Amino acid sequence: MLSLIKIVISFFLIAGTFFIFSGTLGVLRFPDVYSRLHAASKASTLGVSGILIGAFIYVLSEMHVFSGKLILGILFVLLTAPVAGHMISRAAYRTGVPLSDKTVFNELEKKESSNTP
Amino acid sequence: MTDWFSVVVHVCLFVTTISILLLLYRAVKGPSNPDRVVALDTIGINLIAITGIMAIILDTVQLNDIILLIGILTFIATVSVAKFLEKGVIIDQDRD
Repeated sequence: MLSLIKIVISFFLIAGTFFIFSGTLGVLRFPDVYSRLHAASKASTLGVSGILIGAFIYVLSEMHVFSGKLILGILFVLLTAPVAGHMISRAAYRTGVPLSDKTVFNELEKKESSNTP
Repeated sequence: MTDWFSVVVHVCLFVTTISILLLLYRAVKGPSNPDRVVALDTIGINLIAITGIMAIILDTVQLNDIILLIGILTFIATVSVAKFLEKGVIIDQDRD
């Protein structure tokens, strides 16, 4: 039985799973911690948003429950993932984790060296 | 629920679980400590996704609290470990 609402839910679930798996491949394969952070933060945020939107539509259509907690979870993940990524990258730069060999431009180096007394 | 929708949901659960296993490799091996923090943060995000898929499989709404709880705990853990790596303290008294 091919119903339209399940096709929409499957689209969101498959899109979310694709983004989560591509973020995982980025964390595995990228050369240094900053590019890994880029892949993990953006792809996983999109992925978990897609899967939770799919779960929200499923709960709304099958059980007729408007689940505000799922919307709150999506908003929380979208708000806190950039903050966590920024704090990790700042801690990594200040503790001296080296950049990759292929880095061609580092504007933060000049700024940090002129800032420190 | 043994139709194509069940197959789609179970394949999504399988792929997400495989990606947690691959991230565990990075969390164990990672060359520096921020690599491990990135991997553990992404494991937490993937746990939220697995909980959402399990809520679809089990046909329940009771797991929605767990999604919020895992999200808050992952954020607090990541921020505290990042502050510990940067300064050596987590709760600092003086504001710089």
